[in-house]
Amino acid sequence: MTMELSRLSRRFTDFAALDDVSLSIAPGEFLALLGPSGSGKTTLLRILAGLDYPDSGGVQKDGRDFLAAQARERHVGLVFQHYALFRHLTVRENIAFGLRIRPRRTRPSRAEIGDRVTRLLKRVQLDDHGDRYPSQLSGGQRQRVALARALAVEPDLLLLDEPFGALDAQVRVTLRRWLRELHDELRLTTVFVTHDQEEALELADRIAVMNQGRIEQVGSPEEIYQQPATPFVCEFIGKVNRLTLSENSGSLAAGEWILPDDPWDGRYRQGIAYVRPDQLRVAVPPPQPAWTARLRHVYLAGSVAHLDLHVASLDQALEADVASEDLARLGLQPGAELRVAPRSAVLFPLADDTGQPIARDRSTWRPPDNS
Amino acid sequence: MNTMTAQRQAGWTRRMGHGVIVVLASAFLGLFLLLPLAAVFVEAFRQGVQAYVASIGQPEALTAIRLTLLVAVIAVPLNLVFGVAAAWAMTRFAFRGKALLGAFIDLPFSVSPVISGLVYVLLFGAQGWFGPWLSGHGVKIIFAVPGLVLATIFITLPFVARELIPLMQAQGSEEEEAARVLGANGWQMFFRVTLPNIRWALLYGVLLCNARAMGEFGAVSVVSGHIRGLTTTMPLEVEMRYNEYDYVGAFAIASLLAMLALVTLAVKTFLEWRYSDEIAAHAPGGH
Repeated sequence: MTMELSRLSRRFTDFAALDDVSLSIAPGEFLALLGPSGSGKTTLLRILAGLDYPDSGGVQKDGRDFLAAQARERHVGLVFQHYALFRHLTVRENIAFGLRIRPRRTRPSRAEIGDRVTRLLKRVQLDDHGDRYPSQLSGGQRQRVALARALAVEPDLLLLDEPFGALDAQVRVTLRRWLRELHDELRLTTVFVTHDQEEALELADRIAVMNQGRIEQVGSPEEIYQQPATPFVCEFIGKVNRLTLSENSGSLAAGEWILPDDPWDGRYRQGIAYVRPDQLRVAVPPPQPAWTARLRHVYLAGSVAHLDLHVASLDQALEADVASEDLARLGLQPGAELRVAPRSAVLFPLADDTGQPIARDRSTWRPPDNS
Repeated sequence: MNTMTAQRQAGWTRRMGHGVIVVLASAFLGLFLLLPLAAVFVEAFRQGVQAYVASIGQPEALTAIRLTLLVAVIAVPLNLVFGVAAAWAMTRFAFRGKALLGAFIDLPFSVSPVISGLVYVLLFGAQGWFGPWLSGHGVKIIFAVPGLVLATIFITLPFVARELIPLMQAQGSEEEEAARVLGANGWQMFFRVTLPNIRWALLYGVLLCNARAMGEFGAVSVVSGHIRGLTTTMPLEVEMRYNEYDYVGAFAIASLLAMLALVTLAVKTFLEWRYSDEIAAHAPGGH
């Protein structure tokens, strides 16, 4: 079951929810649509579910026009952010709903429906909650009922809208792992929408990062994290330090940190460099170029320590992450002066006329000897 | 000792204040609501149960009761369908002129019933816009049953819609969307998801609609023509008997309407008590 989404656009009165979006979904994959609110990810999901239609563009499923099919003919399972359980039906009745409403020809017998509901209840670990009403369940339990209800109709495609958005942190992590295991077992093509990058990085096989109705980058979690394709992805995924590069006697530099080789051969006079906190070296030995930074604060977060640094020559704050155990070894105390330099960075040139970053001329920088 | 006396004094004053307010409110209710209600029954039974039964058993009375029921049986289901459709449109669709539709739904509440009746006379009466054409085709609306039905529909139009709109707004359309994705067609979605979710509010709205349909006087009076045995509903029959000094007869019919009101009140209170969370807090305003 391959799905091809091509050039989808959807305008609402005052903004473009989707702007020329193309994406392919491979059979059995677990795909995350990741983006801030208003980025169009939920609109995309609703279009796949048949609850909304694009103004232009198409969706092909195994070579057939998917949009021509009505919501109820699509064999799609959808789990809503707020679950949308039928409040007047019990858990069992909720799960059986999609089977009971089938026309007589395709409807399983009463006993078969009962069996299937029982199996699903077991699968979502709610064996003895079948006769309760949704209002008598906790958020995590409702979520699992919604999932069982969606799975009951044996969909080809499972869609989840912010599946963990309304849950508290602890339940969220447990349910996340559980969902991943369920997916590994069923191998059901799954698309889920989230604004939580950690969730997407942890769960998904592939992530599509969305912003303002466009897809910024599609790739594996590693690619997205380590080789962000656009400034937006750099800034949206994880924490990042943003540095301005400008021309200084023939090469691009940010203060004392000079790029020995210009990745763009002098075509641009300005750029930006993104450096992840874990890619910022502290205590760089002298011959190598580095900034002198003052350590203002150390935030200890378990195994990682976040260092709040200030570089006087750039008049800029930087954040570096080091392993907690290195903290004592390096003798890091607030007030200390450190030599700091990137271990790697993602660079974008800025257009000379508009000052806008140019994503297609992205470059990854590593120190020459990678020491 | 002194402070205790002061406290006791303050407590007494406060209790006194509460007491005065409660007595005042009760007296007001008694004077303006219970006393008249009691008077209806006392007057109805003034000449004994037999006279009461006899005056209700008169042919005109029975026709009035039958006519009232007929008008309600036509007007209430139509407004039920209209109310659900209007509430659906108002809460599930975005369209041009939605605010206008909302305002129009409320119109019958803000227009005097006499005007509502007159409008139909102007439209369908002998000198009205469509009057000559209609009488040419042998259709009689004003001073006939169709006019009564039309005026009643107009008057009771907001009750169901006003009850449903806030509730359906609060519930949102996610459950309906879930049903569609699970394979439900439009009817299945409506009867298996929407209707169960709004049933108590709907019943409540229908109840109020019915009470008004049976009790409406002003608009119906204008279009009725007071042809006894043909176009007099119960409220009109009460007035006619009263004008003819048939007090027992007037109050006997009035007692039936009062009982209808009491039953409506009882069922309404029960619904509010039992299903308050499913009935929108917003109650339709009357006049």
